[in-house]
Amino acid sequence: MQSLILIMISAALVNNVVLSQFLGICPFLGVSKKINTAAGMGAAVIFVMTLASFITSVLYKLLLSPFDLTYLNTIVFILVIAALVQFVEMVLKKMVESLYQALGVYLPLITTNCAVLGIAIINVQKEYSILTSVVNGFGTALGFTIAIVILAGIRERCEDNDIPESFKGTPIVLIISGLMAIAFCGFAGLI
Amino acid sequence: MNRYVERLYNGVITENPTFVLMLGMCPTLAVTSSAINGLGMGLTTTVVLTASNMVISAMRKMIPDKVRIPAFIVIVASLVTMVQQLLQAYVPTLYAALGIYIPLIVVNCIILGRAESYASKNNVLLSVFDGLGMGLGFTFGLTSIGVFRELLGSGTAFSFNCMPKQFEPITIFVLAPGAFFVLACLTALQNKLKLPSATNQNTDHTISCGGNCGACAGTVCAANHGIIEAEKAAKKAEQIRIAKEKAVQKAAEKSQQEKKEE
Repeated sequence: MQSLILIMISAALVNNVVLSQFLGICPFLGVSKKINTAAGMGAAVIFVMTLASFITSVLYKLLLSPFDLTYLNTIVFILVIAALVQFVEMVLKKMVESLYQALGVYLPLITTNCAVLGIAIINVQKEYSILTSVVNGFGTALGFTIAIVILAGIRERCEDNDIPESFKGTPIVLIISGLMAIAFCGFAGLI
Repeated sequence: MNRYVERLYNGVITENPTFVLMLGMCPTLAVTSSAINGLGMGLTTTVVLTASNMVISAMRKMIPDKVRIPAFIVIVASLVTMVQQLLQAYVPTLYAALGIYIPLIVVNCIILGRAESYASKNNVLLSVFDGLGMGLGFTFGLTSIGVFRELLGSGTAFSFNCMPKQFEPITIFVLAPGAFFVLACLTALQNKLKLPSATNQNTDHTISCGGNCGACAGTVCAANHGIIEAEKAAKKAEQIRIAKEKAVQKAAEKSQQEKKEE
């Protein structure tokens, strides 16, 4: 139990997926203009990433590993993730209309989000068990959500600030991310 | 022959993926902590990109339009797996340094983007040169950012000492935050000099992702492209309408004035 909590904290804060591993930069910079949309994106990522870590880890443990097909993991994982996202979208549309309304727009954006594939591969490389993989996936997605919501909050406040002309737009967002990365470096002492 | 040289020039200069299109941000930020890593990542991507462009272009008439994205992904993933195993066998140091970013070449938006926008529409040889040009452009971008960060962060370039002894390395530039700062300064410079770049174009769109498809990895959301194009067309039409109305008003005022004068 204790080790699971440790893995979760380290995935969410110490090795933050965006700020220290640079996975999922595109949605991080792209969907962080407003807190609402950032939170929606974060929720969708938590949902998909937890599910994807579970399914890829089960596939790896029960199919690829026993038949000595581990070299196929990249191909299998990317296809499974792409299919999974489409499937989740269809299921949500049919069964849980309200959740689909909230997350629907963000789902297609996640398919090629490198963080989802990245976590599946990290789980395999670190030889995590199925439960540990799910916890790691959830923690990582939580870290993504924390980072993107904080960035969106800062960006909303920056709107009215007097930013030098050349730094308006993407540059100031990157500077903010850099400062956040320094702040997150502080979590390294946590574990 | 000129068309092939033009493809190379296009990839390295006019549509440089790192500096102009701003694609593949994740590897750009992650592996440029030293020049040699940037060079290795760039060359690996070049190999995958050239091969995938070649295969996809050769198979472009066989792949049904509806399943083309999954088909492209499978082709790219197979090539990446092959390259990954070759690297593991022959260049283990680079394999260890790049780590997880090698399998993640699959989701690099440059590769799928080129497959979708160029290789699936052009012949094999042109596509190969397009892939080569884009790959070299990416390599150039990664290596130059890598040299810059390594020089500031540890006072070396390609592991050769080339700073005066008094220089105190600014370690933060080889750490994660440094990547963001270097890229921020680069984009700010592009803004200042008004260089062509995906980041200094206006992207005020109503759709949630911001509508900057140039810097987006999502290929499934191609529907958004339609929305943006429609928005742009509507804006243009609106502008033309307003201009026409103004012209009509002016003409009317003029004629009134003329009447008064008469």
